[in-house]
Amino acid sequence: MGMPITVEIVDPYANEKTFDEVFDYFMRIDEKFSTYKEASEITAINKGILKADDASDEMRLILALCEETKRETNGYFDIKTPKGTLDPSGIVKGWSIWQAAEFLREKGFKKFYVDAGGDIQPHGSNAEGAAWAVGIKNPWNEAEHVKIAYVHDEGVATSGTYIRGLHIYNPRNENRPADEIMSFTVIGPNIYEADRFATAAFAMGREGVQFIERLPGFEAYCIDKNKIATMTSGFEKYTRANA
Amino acid sequence: MKKYILPIVIVVVFGAYALFSSKNSGTPTTPGTATSTGTGSTDNTAETPPSGLKDGTYNGSVTDAFYGPMQVAAIVKNGKLVDVQFLKFPNDQGESIEVNSRSNPILKQEAIAAQSANVNIVSGATQSSEAFSQSLAQALAQAQS
Repeated sequence: MGMPITVEIVDPYANEKTFDEVFDYFMRIDEKFSTYKEASEITAINKGILKADDASDEMRLILALCEETKRETNGYFDIKTPKGTLDPSGIVKGWSIWQAAEFLREKGFKKFYVDAGGDIQPHGSNAEGAAWAVGIKNPWNEAEHVKIAYVHDEGVATSGTYIRGLHIYNPRNENRPADEIMSFTVIGPNIYEADRFATAAFAMGREGVQFIERLPGFEAYCIDKNKIATMTSGFEKYTRANA
Repeated sequence: MKKYILPIVIVVVFGAYALFSSKNSGTPTTPGTATSTGTGSTDNTAETPPSGLKDGTYNGSVTDAFYGPMQVAAIVKNGKLVDVQFLKFPNDQGESIEVNSRSNPILKQEAIAAQSANVNIVSGATQSSEAFSQSLAQALAQAQS
């Protein structure tokens, strides 16, 4: 997947074995779902060696979730690539973070988070016994955060494009409007839900934040090219430290 | 409190890197849109300016930007990187943005500003920029060889 995964467990009885099990899980998922691996199950499906109907339970579940998400986002979330192959990574990421967190929760851990490439599933509270403070990264400065969301069990996912400095354009989308979205953060009931809707809403551009506004149980903070952030009407309840 | 960061992602990245660099190795290619490439020279006798970059257009490796593959082409002219073009780019939905006829509520807006309060975790999209750097680094490695 090519992204850093961080697991922090506050509960004192966490040991190395716990972390190994979580990371082994992510490795196994990557072996199965990476479209970059010749031996992965998804590659076998894309090559026509394996029929989707004959795939593993886990694969069929993911493909079903992809279909469901495509429907729920009016087609904005689509795992079919221009070549006609399937790339379910947009679902696998959030889903695997969520599953890893569920695994820790079932083990009885009460204070932890799982973070994969800036998409986060927290649980309970931080080392100080307070809500987890999640900074939303400044798209123009990696070292800065421009907003802080305080969450206990909600998933926080950010989609975006942080590219600048060089003369760059997107040849497939030259007519993208000037108010292009740089960073789209969604807070949802869990990271699976937050991540899939963040991906779809980001693809919708300016309309994305209105899409989240209409979605019960979800809030969004979206930063455009002009460094203006638009937030959904319930977002601010997450910005208070004592929430 | 224990905190572990997974070191094996590096292995995953390099796995993909090796795969694609072997596929893409060799001759630089000139995409149709590359107008600034001059002759796209691959001639080893061409003058190599002090930067060590040879003129030409070099396709980087296809890297996983998680929302889809990313690949860039580095265009080197007079020994300098003059342009970077996207050959593959994620978030390309291939669909026009749907015009919504519903009346939308006015949502609160603010200018972003750096926050000084401490945070436990940071949420942000790093994938695209990382994939971009990888693909570009691979393209530039070809320009130097």
